[in-house]
Amino acid sequence: MMQRASASLGRIALIAAALLVLAFLLLPVFIIVLYAFADSNVQMWPIAQFSLRAFHEAIANNEIRHAFILSMQVAALATLIAVLLGTLLAFTLYLYRFPGRSALSFAVVLPIALPGIITGIALNSYFGFVELRLSFWTIVIAHSTFCIVIVYNNVMARLQRLPQSLVEASMDLGADGFKTFWRITAPMISSAVGAGALLAFALSFDEVIVTTFTAGVQTTLPLWILGAIRLGQHLNQVNVVVLVVILLTAIPVLWSQKLMGEAGRLHK
Amino acid sequence: MAVAELPKGPSPLRSASAFFWRRPSALGTVLGAPPILWLGLFYLCALLALLLSSFWQVDSMTGQIRHEWTLANFHQLIDNPVYRKIALRTIGMAIVVTITDVILALPLAYYMVRIANPKWRPILYMLILIPLWSSLLARVYAWRLILAHDGIANWAIGLIGLPPGTIGYSYWALWIVFSYLWLPFVILPTAAALERVPSSLLEASADLGGNDWRTFLRVTLPLAAPGLLAGTISSFSLTLGDFVTPMLVGGAGSDFIGNAVYNAVGVANNTPFAAAFATVPLIVTALYLYAMRKMGAAE
Repeated sequence: MMQRASASLGRIALIAAALLVLAFLLLPVFIIVLYAFADSNVQMWPIAQFSLRAFHEAIANNEIRHAFILSMQVAALATLIAVLLGTLLAFTLYLYRFPGRSALSFAVVLPIALPGIITGIALNSYFGFVELRLSFWTIVIAHSTFCIVIVYNNVMARLQRLPQSLVEASMDLGADGFKTFWRITAPMISSAVGAGALLAFALSFDEVIVTTFTAGVQTTLPLWILGAIRLGQHLNQVNVVVLVVILLTAIPVLWSQKLMGEAGRLHK
Repeated sequence: MAVAELPKGPSPLRSASAFFWRRPSALGTVLGAPPILWLGLFYLCALLALLLSSFWQVDSMTGQIRHEWTLANFHQLIDNPVYRKIALRTIGMAIVVTITDVILALPLAYYMVRIANPKWRPILYMLILIPLWSSLLARVYAWRLILAHDGIANWAIGLIGLPPGTIGYSYWALWIVFSYLWLPFVILPTAAALERVPSSLLEASADLGGNDWRTFLRVTLPLAAPGLLAGTISSFSLTLGDFVTPMLVGGAGSDFIGNAVYNAVGVANNTPFAAAFATVPLIVTALYLYAMRKMGAAE
């Protein structure tokens, strides 16, 4: 009896701890949502009055609009490059055994396995070395490089779970390699490619560390936020922009989660 | 030629397919060349440039980078106590944050996998993915609002009748925020590893008289350890490379390696020194990865 009672007490404590940790994870996200609607120029809790004033001000702010457009362009282009190259890379490493393959599959994940500051300063040194002036394109190159890994990870995970028998059946029934790819392989990996694309977009849209070192005079939306916070300017507009960034990163992720079908299969 | 003897004349696609079928290396080259060239040209060359430029120096007269080999940057790193302190502070924080995240991740991961109704599991995963993927900057900023003098933390402390604290802009704030930021990275692989522990083993342990706690310590934890350790790679290496968090919630004089690198590039325009300093997290991360692999962390 004693042991049963202590076991269930332990279980209650565990559940309480788990829910506390979950609350800890979600609290800041709620805070962002609340502050975006605060009708005040000073950041104070409790929030006295709610309004949409900060939204109107943020929409009217030209700097924010330019930064938003730049971030969208960078994210869209980086995603496109990452989808093409990441998918190709996954196929290459999945289908072929060649010398240096394991070294390559290790090197591939470095852009996200290594601290962002290393990728950032490495690209900064490199662009300086080859005398490539920092511009829109250097941001796109930097973002594509770590976005490739995201797409690669998702497509590779899917390929490894594909039953090889379907491909063999298709070939046995007379389809050639291309037909088999379009009719069998492509439909089965398309959702993984889509999920990878959404994650890559989300990652690029809010990236700040690598961007700092590769943007030069360009200001992406995260760089605008960072600058405004440091200067303590337009903080009520920062609240709104931060909410928009959260939505623009969280929505693709939840969508990609749905695409991948099963929980916990996203590969960052 | 086998292809020519097919009853119908082969379509170009079909002969291309046959060509690649007979020469898989040709297809492999076509598929693999673009991504490998990209990563080689932009990533591996960049890492090489990082290593090379850490041995160069900025000419104090012209401000140009001199391509002459020198160990001056590394001498400066080792001899100047300021940089040693920054490096130790960063590594120490990475260790403390990693331990904190393991302690916080275990109960939630265990609850998700073993206790919660499986029907709720996808929703729980989603609730962890939202903070994982929503903007890093946004989450750091949220903590700045929470821990500020007029923020929620002090408001809550006031509710229970205590004087307002000064958590904001301190090591405590950095510890809380770093632990918060990387927690989902530790929870997800831990949950995945717990899920893979076969329930038959848990039943066997219970049948043999092990209570929940003993089963957890002797069966579940050792089997889930590789996943847990793999998760700590993220919390450790991400702390080493961040400069946004110290910039926004750290106090004065709490520079991390990231900030020193940021300042060397942005303020002092001394890329070679920044590159030399960036080799510190590079080496520390590599050592950590190696140690984790030795301890059996999942790939």
